Amino acid sequence: MSSHAAAAHGAHGAGHDDGHAHHHYTTTGLEHRKIAIWAFIGSECMLFASLISTYLIYKGRSIVGPFPHTEWVNEAGVVFKPILNIPVTSASTFVLLMSSLAMVLALQAVQLKDTPLPDGANWWTRAQRSSQGWLLMTALLGMTFLGFQAFEFASFVHEGLTIKTNLFGSTFYTLTGFHGAHVTAGVLWLFTLLFIDRKRGLGPKDELIVDIAALYWHFVDVVWIAIFTLVYLIQ
Amino acid sequence: MSSDTKHAAHAHPDGWTYVKVGVILTLITVIEVWAYYVPALVAHPFFNPGLIILSAIKFATVVLFYMHLKYDHRLFRVLFTGPLIIAGCTITALLFLFHHFKTVS
Repeated sequence: MSSHAAAAHGAHGAGHDDGHAHHHYTTTGLEHRKIAIWAFIGSECMLFASLISTYLIYKGRSIVGPFPHTEWVNEAGVVFKPILNIPVTSASTFVLLMSSLAMVLALQAVQLKDTPLPDGANWWTRAQRSSQGWLLMTALLGMTFLGFQAFEFASFVHEGLTIKTNLFGSTFYTLTGFHGAHVTAGVLWLFTLLFIDRKRGLGPKDELIVDIAALYWHFVDVVWIAIFTLVYLIQ
Repeated sequence: MSSDTKHAAHAHPDGWTYVKVGVILTLITVIEVWAYYVPALVAHPFFNPGLIILSAIKFATVVLFYMHLKYDHRLFRVLFTGPLIIAGCTITALLFLFHHFKTVS
């Protein structure tokens, strides 16, 4: 390995110098899989940018309600309240943020798996080694978020907003539906990691596969941070 | 690269730092939602830009600390920020194209 590649090998975040039996030589000195996930995340940024810009372009251009932030009275005189439920969405946003915290702690637990516990370690030090616990918590929080989204979609349909009702419905369901599909894929990925961890145990040698899943999960979180502000809070 | 630099490149925050970041993210979200319910703030011209700035701070915090972009190789930063800039420019260009920003004629 050239000195440059060796230096880069030491600098990247995918693998530490020790405990990485499966680390391959690459021309950049970086793990290809980690480069791939960052390139994938970059492409996903542009996908969600197209969905968000479509939502913003059609924002306020619906001819019939229900509307997101204002009341609407139809021809029969029925009053429709603003349809967005900010308290419920705020709770689901909090849940997704906490799932990101759990995910980063799951990655740390995998990294620390082989490090012996110091004498008299407190509960927090012990908890930080529980990769299964943090992975399970992340997956459950992700499922809770999906539950909130299912509740929101069901209540919107009940109140008369479907994907065909107006421009708001079309763009809202497409944007948040795509995000929900990404969360669903992330939850399945997390359960796969949890299964591997229970089957043979995840350790420092598996840091990369957990790191890649964590990057995907955090990306899903940052997309929601943008959606929460642009769709729900800005009127 | 010296061994110290190598070590710095790997030096991820400890668990408590992640928890503190989580608390900061929660507090920013609480401020955003609180502002949504204050009519005087909603009517203020800086309400929307303020929300976007708070959202950008949350976005950057997650990317830098939880996704470790602050500590990782710069190629990963390029792979992420490049498309992110393109995405931001695309959104802005489309909003101008569809007359979302009022212009003085």
